[in-house]
Amino acid sequence: MRAGFRDSEHLVRLALLFGVGVLLFLGARAVLVPADFGELGHFRTGALDDNRRRPVVHAGRAACAECHDTAAALAGGAHAKVGCEACHGALAAHAADPDAAAPPELEAKGLCVRCHGFNPARPASHPQVDPEAHAEGASCTDCHEAHSPAA
Amino acid sequence: MHNLLPGVEGFMYPNEMELQWSVLIVLYPFITGLVAGAFILASLERVFNLEAIRPTYRLALLTALAFLIVAPLPLQLHLGHPERSIEMFLTPHKTSAMAMFGFVYLWYLLAVLVIEIWLEYRPYIVARAQSAAGWSRWFYRAATLGSYNLSPRALRIDDRIGRLITVVGIPSAFLLHGYVGFIFGSIKANPWWSTPLMPIVFLFSAIVSGIAAVLLIYFVYCLARGIPLDMPCLDAMGKFLFYAFLVDFGLEMLDLVHRNYEADESLKTLSFMVETRLFGSQIVLQIIVGTLAPLLLLGLTQLLSLTEAARKGLYATAGALTLIGIFAMRWNVVIGGQLFSKSFLGYTTYKMEFATREGLLPALVLIVLPFLILWALVRIFPPMLEYDPGRKPEANPALPAEPEA
Repeated sequence: MRAGFRDSEHLVRLALLFGVGVLLFLGARAVLVPADFGELGHFRTGALDDNRRRPVVHAGRAACAECHDTAAALAGGAHAKVGCEACHGALAAHAADPDAAAPPELEAKGLCVRCHGFNPARPASHPQVDPEAHAEGASCTDCHEAHSPAA
Repeated sequence: MHNLLPGVEGFMYPNEMELQWSVLIVLYPFITGLVAGAFILASLERVFNLEAIRPTYRLALLTALAFLIVAPLPLQLHLGHPERSIEMFLTPHKTSAMAMFGFVYLWYLLAVLVIEIWLEYRPYIVARAQSAAGWSRWFYRAATLGSYNLSPRALRIDDRIGRLITVVGIPSAFLLHGYVGFIFGSIKANPWWSTPLMPIVFLFSAIVSGIAAVLLIYFVYCLARGIPLDMPCLDAMGKFLFYAFLVDFGLEMLDLVHRNYEADESLKTLSFMVETRLFGSQIVLQIIVGTLAPLLLLGLTQLLSLTEAARKGLYATAGALTLIGIFAMRWNVVIGGQLFSKSFLGYTTYKMEFATREGLLPALVLIVLPFLILWALVRIFPPMLEYDPGRKPEANPALPAEPEA
């Protein structure tokens, strides 16, 4: 019996090494997995609060309209239903303190083709152009009024 | 997105224009295939007592380990945030095939390969722990786990356990690579991938690539060390490669025939893609250069009585072409499956970058890395002690006698 154990002792040592590895893993798991993981699903419940605490970066059209006459600028135009911040960027900081954060300068050529650059996947009714052929280097706003563009 | 349009033909949905799975995802099944194939080759000797391929047994195990270590790296690079990968083990999502693969990988690495290599090399480890000097002495001493028992009975137990692990290892290797095919085969929205044959085709192509890789590595190792090539071994490997390749080719043709006979709504689009954008990589590289040519060369070695030199040349050429063909197969599956629109009305183009996270450069590094690891492994665990000058067993009585090749 003793001789039998001696000849397989190295395997016992290997099994012990694996056992230690599994215990270390379980220990690490107990320490690293947050206590609230899995309460509401396959995520950490506290992540919801973390997300709620993130600062809001968009102000919304109503906030813009408090100072800017957006209704007149957009009235009846093709962009009437497009949110201000879709083009001007997230401006909650500007809405909170207009002097502290200025809206970025917009570069029409790059901005307009995001929606109006030709793409066969877009509906044919949506105005779209090949910017190089259409504008020949000119800026879109040289011809189009950005807030109320004519098709 | 506008910049991608020149590469688009016809109608593509916006999220299809840019390929999300890059050359790194091509490498991933290629590398895991080499692991599974190399291990299955090794297990032929161990389980089925195929003594002819004994000279490559250890080399095959070390090759499998070297490539297995690198296998997750393409995924890590592709996904980014490698520090998060531990979370797959800490909080596994049981319905995710990718998450479960983490456990298959760990099982295969720790419970199969490392233990089998340890058992196989234990006599050598013990001998080196007693004879080596410096840091290597400490390494080998640690690797003995404090047990220096090399009694005949202890070695018999090792042999039995090693055989058991190999028996467990074969389905594990099948699982490891069958899973990779499963990942693609189970994507039902993509008709290029979605077939139950995918895991089986992947598995057999893995076996083919593993045999070819070990054959080439055996060639290079022997040439580099000045060791004579064992012709019965090469002939046996050539034979296995030939028959495994025939089965693999048969399965791929079965898939092709089935697709054509079924002729669902995707067939016209997929056929057009194969005839145009994939013509070079699929028809030329995968089928002609990477399948028919090596099958022809290997067939010649089976049918004709050729000289040793001619057979060596044919085996080496067929092995290299096979690896090119299997890589092309992975490329055509991964890249090809993203080139056509799910509307079946358009095609996009894959433009490989160079020195970016998912470019050609990291892909080249990842394909070289396993060979560097293998180079280090064969220095630590010489795979052919009986042939290695200066390491002959009789030169050091503590070293175990090697079986005759």
